[in-house]
Amino acid sequence: MDMSAATRMEAERSAPVTAQGLPAKVVARDVNVFYGEKHALKHVDVDIPDRGVTAFIGPSGCGKSTFLRCINRMNDTIASCKVTGKITIDNRDIYDPSLDVVQLRARVGMVFQKPNPFPKSIFDNVAYGPKIHGLARTKSELEAIVTASLEKAGLWSEVKDRLGDSGTGLSGGQQQRLCIARAIAVNPDVILMDEPCSALDPIATAKVETLIDELRANYCIIIVTHSMQQAARVSQRTAFFHLGTLVEEGPTERIFSTPRDQRTQDYITGRTG
Amino acid sequence: MTDLTVTSVPSRSVQFDSAEMTARVKRRYRSERRFKALGGGALLLTAVFVLAVLLDIAFKGLPAFTQHYLVLDVPVKAEIVDPKGARNPDDLRSADYFAVMREALTAAVPGIEGRVAKKKLTGLLSSGAGNDLRDRIAADPSLIGTTVKVPLLLSDGADLYLKGQQTAVSTIPGRGTATPSDTKGDITILASANDFADDLVAVKKTLAARIEDLQVRLQRAEARGESQASEAASLKEEIVALAARVDQPAVAENLDEKMPSLLVSINGGLVKLNTISNDSATGTVILPLNTIDEARPLDWSVVTYAKPESNRKTSDIEVAYLEKLKADGNVESRFNTIFFTHGDSREAEQAGILGSLVGSVLMLIVTLSLALPFGVLAAVYLEEFAPKNKFTNLIEININNLAAVPSIVFGLLGLAVFLNFFGLPRSAPLVGGLVLALMVLPTIIIAARASMKAVPPSIKEAALGVGASHQQAIFHHVLPLATPGIMTGTIIGMAHALGETAPLLMIGMLAFIVDVPQGLTDPATALPAQIYIWSDLPEQAFEAKTAAAIMVLLGVLLLMNGMAIWLRSKFERRW
Repeated sequence: MDMSAATRMEAERSAPVTAQGLPAKVVARDVNVFYGEKHALKHVDVDIPDRGVTAFIGPSGCGKSTFLRCINRMNDTIASCKVTGKITIDNRDIYDPSLDVVQLRARVGMVFQKPNPFPKSIFDNVAYGPKIHGLARTKSELEAIVTASLEKAGLWSEVKDRLGDSGTGLSGGQQQRLCIARAIAVNPDVILMDEPCSALDPIATAKVETLIDELRANYCIIIVTHSMQQAARVSQRTAFFHLGTLVEEGPTERIFSTPRDQRTQDYITGRTG
Repeated sequence: MTDLTVTSVPSRSVQFDSAEMTARVKRRYRSERRFKALGGGALLLTAVFVLAVLLDIAFKGLPAFTQHYLVLDVPVKAEIVDPKGARNPDDLRSADYFAVMREALTAAVPGIEGRVAKKKLTGLLSSGAGNDLRDRIAADPSLIGTTVKVPLLLSDGADLYLKGQQTAVSTIPGRGTATPSDTKGDITILASANDFADDLVAVKKTLAARIEDLQVRLQRAEARGESQASEAASLKEEIVALAARVDQPAVAENLDEKMPSLLVSINGGLVKLNTISNDSATGTVILPLNTIDEARPLDWSVVTYAKPESNRKTSDIEVAYLEKLKADGNVESRFNTIFFTHGDSREAEQAGILGSLVGSVLMLIVTLSLALPFGVLAAVYLEEFAPKNKFTNLIEININNLAAVPSIVFGLLGLAVFLNFFGLPRSAPLVGGLVLALMVLPTIIIAARASMKAVPPSIKEAALGVGASHQQAIFHHVLPLATPGIMTGTIIGMAHALGETAPLLMIGMLAFIVDVPQGLTDPATALPAQIYIWSDLPEQAFEAKTAAAIMVLLGVLLLMNGMAIWLRSKFERRW
């Protein structure tokens, strides 16, 4: 990253981070990720606001998914992966050894690229998180959580009569919304979405996008996407990654209308990528 | 750059109906057909062999599932069974029931004289024939003094004869009249219509066949030259003597035990013939005749036991007794419950599979309860939790190698460690189970690891994503999904263990054990060991028992596999 870009970003960071004037939820400072010898993510600094959607865009292999998985420490499961730098959520360092990674992941939900419901009933899929974290004391409380989560995920009316059916029997779009319901059932602060619509058809995609738009009123949502249209539709802020560096971050409209970096310009106009 | 690649590709394309392409397509079709035919052929060949084996086992083993009994009215005399008259259960149990049965048997086949003949008669009964009677009397002493109708277990030889595995019996009614000279002892029978002529011809034919055999031997002896000259000479003499007998069709012939046995059934008795001519025969009475009156045509008959006496276990006298008992309706064939309710025995008719079956089941219980938890947990640890370093690599390689170690080595280990070092009892299912568990462990670990690897990682990620700990993700999600695969591996391992004999050899489980084991430390044997023991015994009746035991073993295997399929379908989930 050259000096001028860094200065520009410094200037942006000092400005209010969200349109609503809310403080940053997730703050990353000088985050580096190594896969063995490979330096996959280089010196990432970013502030991600609460109650809004931030989109990570960039060509394949640029490190956007890697960075996403740093936020709930999913990279811990990869033995060769090493993360340096500092990431805080609500001013709490998530790489602090005293912090329990399981509790972190309950606060930071994740939705994956391919819908991956458990091969269990729809009810059990949603109830699993609250159960293992002891969020429901009684059966009726658990049922209330499941109902509320499915309603928030816009799936309730479609599955309310067949909660006992297998989650894998749903259509792809329904499965993905079930995964979102499962993620919000543990009442997280942050929801990470790793290309949630890449395996879905346009109609299912539209439904999921509408859902994301509804959810941003209550959650800090970070979405990785390959579709710039999708980034433009659902996000308020956009970050562009290229070859392991965060090139540019700012309000979505600004990034798409007047990108400051040539690489961003090339990518969004379709010249590279 | 893209332009370059396009031009570098030769601009040929697939043309329909061009000669070269048609030939190519034909070649492809031919190869596909050949592959199909080979596959089908291999399948068919396998099916034929499997079917042949199964049919052979079934054909040989089915007779073992029935057993013949002599159903007789047995007078239970108080002076024999309970001479003290105290009706003491212990005395009743140790009483001489054989004497009681002998009496009933002599009553059923009257007129037998001579020690040898009487011994042959009682020899038809098994040494355990009195067990049923004893149990009934001991349970109900009021039966003493009455006549009880009881089934008496027949010996294996008698049973085999009655199952038709010894000789064919044919009866030709007499055409003329026949007159016996006496009712017992050695007698002469005169027939009026050359009734023995056909039999005489048959006897001469067997002599002619014998000459041919001798000539082959003679040629062989002559080819060897000087060293066997004396033998050749004696063979020559024998041939000449036999040829003289064959050349004179009308001359009386002596019968010997290498020829089919000829008997005459006349006036309610049976005579075994020693010499025959066209119209008369001499022989020894086996079953006494009622009178010496002349028997009218069709009232008497010539009976032939096709197989020569020297080639079968049941002698002519025994066959005669059994035929009489059968004709009187005293013989009954029943389902062989002894086979399923008794342990091993030296007497084929009293030998059962239960001891080894229980031994095998106990052993498998020990094996399963050790190998499954240890195997699965080891697999979980190695696959998910163990750090990947040289040490765990070494362990992995060793586990894979362990699966290929010959099972006898595990037997030696069992002998050295469990018997000699820990001092566990030998021949015990506990030790057998321990050894087999060691043998099965690598199979289960490998199968469990493979099926855990086959679970999509997305499931584990999903669980981690909602905040499940690593352990929770494995035990709540990965392991249940791997269960069908683990079960398949376990069942394969257990089936392997069920059929294993080599390690049992070393820890003393290949043994003659009569009692059915009651616990894990009782002496026991296992199904495959029992099959091996029986297959080695000389008694012909054990041949059927061996096949029947194989059927039981296969049945247990099928049961286990059926259970595995059922469990699989119960646990199988799609994702």
